[in-house]
Amino acid sequence: MITFWFAILVLAWVLYFVLEGFDFGVGVLAPFLGRDEHERGAAIRTIGPFWDGNEVWLVAAIGVTFAAFPDWYAVLLAGLYLPMVGILLLLAVRGVALEFRGKHDSPAWRRRCDRLLCASSAGVVLLWGAQLGVFVHGLALGADGTVTGNGLGRSLSPLLTPAAGLGALAALLGTVLLGATFLALRTTGPVRRRASALARNAGNLGTVGLLLAGIGTGSRLTLAAAVISFIAGMLARQGREAWAFTVTALGVAGGVVAVFTAHGSVVLRSTLDPMWSLTRAEAAATPSALKVVTVAGVIVLPGVLAYQAWSYWVFRRRVASERIAS
Amino acid sequence: MDVLDLTRLQFAVVTIYHYLFVPLSICLSAAAAGLHLTWLRTRAERHLLLTKFVGKLLIVTFAVGVVTGLVQEFQFGLGWSAFAKFYGDVFGPTLAVEGMLAFFLEATFLALWYFGWDRLPRKVHAATIVVVAAGTLLSAYIILAGNSFMQNPVAYALDPVTGRAHLTSFGELLTNEVVLAAFPHTMAGAAMAGGGLLLAIGVWRLAADRAFRTLARLGAWLMLVGGALTAITGDHLGKVMTAVQPMKMAAAEALYETTTGAPFSVLAIGRLGHEKPFLTIEIPHLLSLLGTGSFGGTVQGIDDLQAQYTAQFGPGSYVPMIPVAFWTFRLMIGAGVAGMALAAYYLWVSSERTWRLPLLPAFLQMGAGVPGWTKRILLLSPLLPAAANTFGWIFTETARQPWLAFGISKVSDGISPGLTSAEVLLSLGGFTLVYGLLAVAWYKLVVHLSRKPLAPEPAGRPADAEPVPAY
Ligand code: HDD
Ligand code: HEM
Ligand code: HEM
Repeated sequence: MITFWFAILVLAWVLYFVLEGFDFGVGVLAPFLGRDEHERGAAIRTIGPFWDGNEVWLVAAIGVTFAAFPDWYAVLLAGLYLPMVGILLLLAVRGVALEFRGKHDSPAWRRRCDRLLCASSAGVVLLWGAQLGVFVHGLALGADGTVTGNGLGRSLSPLLTPAAGLGALAALLGTVLLGATFLALRTTGPVRRRASALARNAGNLGTVGLLLAGIGTGSRLTLAAAVISFIAGMLARQGREAWAFTVTALGVAGGVVAVFTAHGSVVLRSTLDPMWSLTRAEAAATPSALKVVTVAGVIVLPGVLAYQAWSYWVFRRRVASERIAS
Repeated sequence: MDVLDLTRLQFAVVTIYHYLFVPLSICLSAAAAGLHLTWLRTRAERHLLLTKFVGKLLIVTFAVGVVTGLVQEFQFGLGWSAFAKFYGDVFGPTLAVEGMLAFFLEATFLALWYFGWDRLPRKVHAATIVVVAAGTLLSAYIILAGNSFMQNPVAYALDPVTGRAHLTSFGELLTNEVVLAAFPHTMAGAAMAGGGLLLAIGVWRLAADRAFRTLARLGAWLMLVGGALTAITGDHLGKVMTAVQPMKMAAAEALYETTTGAPFSVLAIGRLGHEKPFLTIEIPHLLSLLGTGSFGGTVQGIDDLQAQYTAQFGPGSYVPMIPVAFWTFRLMIGAGVAGMALAAYYLWVSSERTWRLPLLPAFLQMGAGVPGWTKRILLLSPLLPAAANTFGWIFTETARQPWLAFGISKVSDGISPGLTSAEVLLSLGGFTLVYGLLAVAWYKLVVHLSRKPLAPEPAGRPADAEPVPAY
């Protein structure tokens, strides 16, 4: 039961990072790939109908974490208090910038929304990446299972570790690749051309960077990411847009799985003493609560996947980014 | 202020803010669904234009509800991780089920509706907004069930070893008598909130388009009927509350001594202490009626309850902040009554019929229309239900003190261990700043959207209709 719920939880986080990953990527890239307001609008319209549904995967992921592993939820959020608040604030700005952009006709309003969207998307990605790095590295859990410390440093200091920095960079690369391959797949005209070019370049650059990092640190995970990045770049070069996106998405998914399973049955490592680490069994809820979530999950989630897939099908057409002479 | 107070303040600020937008979304999605179905039947262009207009208001409001709701989902772990551990078994499934069952539905189908005008068959398209409206009701019900557990814990067993609460029956959690009473009351309050917004916009733009008269009257009806329903459902909620949390009712009236046939004070001037305040305006027996359903019923007083709880739970104060409870309760009711009065006034003077009543001044006659100065007053109508909702929640949540979950755990036991004041101050500042900016942007956009003529979409928009499917 616990393993089953752990699998569902990882699945929810994977879906969240992949799905919202591409819309973060589009947010970061829109001002760079769209040269004017019209082109930026086209880029943003590719995610218009989807971003909110994608973000609900975060609600689902955190909800499942809370329901199935309440201790993990409690320790993680309280221990990483400020970075988490940062993510929430940036997500608030981002969601509103996205949704408010098209509802006002003034170009200045739209420009402001575009900038906010780009900055907040990039900020969220960096913070999530850093946190994933921290998940792998661990937190300073004490004997009672809580993180203690003074002032702001208590929850900010984990972000200063090399693991967090590496995570942030990897996440940015991953989302840029996801965003570029998604835009190449979903638009026509100049945005599509520029997105494909970017996917090629980012793929190559990422391959070289990850290869060096992988050889330097001897991390197999990084080497695997380099291979993925290389394949994605190659597919982008051949114009196989759907494949390039799929491979990138699989790469991101693999990365997230690797993070969550890095320490076996330990879900949160203590950097102070391995004895104080939090394990899956310790963090899990009771069977009665797990049963509720299981019933709900088994009945409801397939339906959710089905209607979300339907919505992708309804909005399957490419968005035109070229200007139509009027 | 220490960490505990700061964290409580932050919870209150962030949740109250979320709840300014939520009732609007609930009501606007129902209004959009209603207008859409009306348009399918009448085929009148006016109804189509109004559907699209209300849809835009909904999208803009919903976005703020979504991003602030996301914060709610994390708050239990951020500031209240001890609470999250102890009640994870109860709250975790509640939040998880809400997300899976309701939020996915709302988010996905709202996008299908908003972007799907020319992509979906007509009937399927209309069904999508009905699904959205149903989804908002579902999510409201589930989260209220979570809150009702805190007011009246049911369906749990305490683990003798760890002291943690275990869920015993999810069905029982969802049929807590408090949620059964609170859900209709909050939904009536939501109807008032959305009605107030539509009434104000309709009245403001009356001159621009006749369709706005329809909008204003729809808003006024929502506000009036919603108001009447809050009173009926509130009366019932009061009885349930008196039964499960008698201290709350005593606090709401600052009633220190157990009284039979207790009066309800409409107003009190002076201190609310053991001695009678300087001046009160009382309605005899009304408190007994509200709390017990009979004029002669007995309402327990604060002193007796304090003694009883001390014997039951050990020494400590079990009395919430009396002035807060007393005044928020009256302000909730007062703001609601004022809102109903505004709505009734508008419906009366904007009527198509004219039926002269003697003695009534000219501007109050049926069908008299709205002169400029009352128009300005009507523009305030969104504020009244918003105030009533906020005061209602402040009453509900502060008069629950010192309990986190009534009778089983105190607020001071719920806070995240290790959390520092500096962290909470910084996050509280961040929320205040960002939420403030969101409110300004939301207001500007609603004004902008309302000011635009209700014209069909310009046809010259570059079509995305290039027939190349992307996948
Ligand atoms: C437009 C909003 C509105 C209006 C006009 C009223 N209320 Fe209310 N009331 C709420 C909006 C609200 C609320 C915000 O929705 C609350 C907060 C918690 C809840 O369940 O509903 C609430 C709570 C609440 C409670 C506390 C429940 C608890 O603590 O468990 C009682 C006893 C009442 N109301 C009673 C009334 C009465 C007798 C009213 C009028 C005659 C009234 N309310 C008007
Ligand atoms: C949406 C409407 C709600 C509003 C406006 C609201 C308002 C408040 C307020 C004003 C406080 C501070 C009370 C104090 O001074 O201690 C508070 C505290 C709290 N509320 Fe609510 N609440 C709402 C719904 C909920 C729901 C649905 C839940 C649970 C699922 C909840 C859980 C809590 C918790 C955990 C605290 C902190 C403990 C405390 O200080 O009492 N609230 N809320
Ligand atoms: C009585 C109090 C509350 C009611 C009635 C309520 C209801 C709703 C509704 C109807 C929505 C849909 C979006 C909108 O209408 O703006 C929403 C959004 C949301 N609420 Fe609340 N809520 C309440 C308090 C809370 C609390 C305490 C939490 C946290 C546990 C929460 C979590 C969320 C989340 C995560 C969303 C975003 C959903 C999405 O992405 O679609 N809400 N809420």
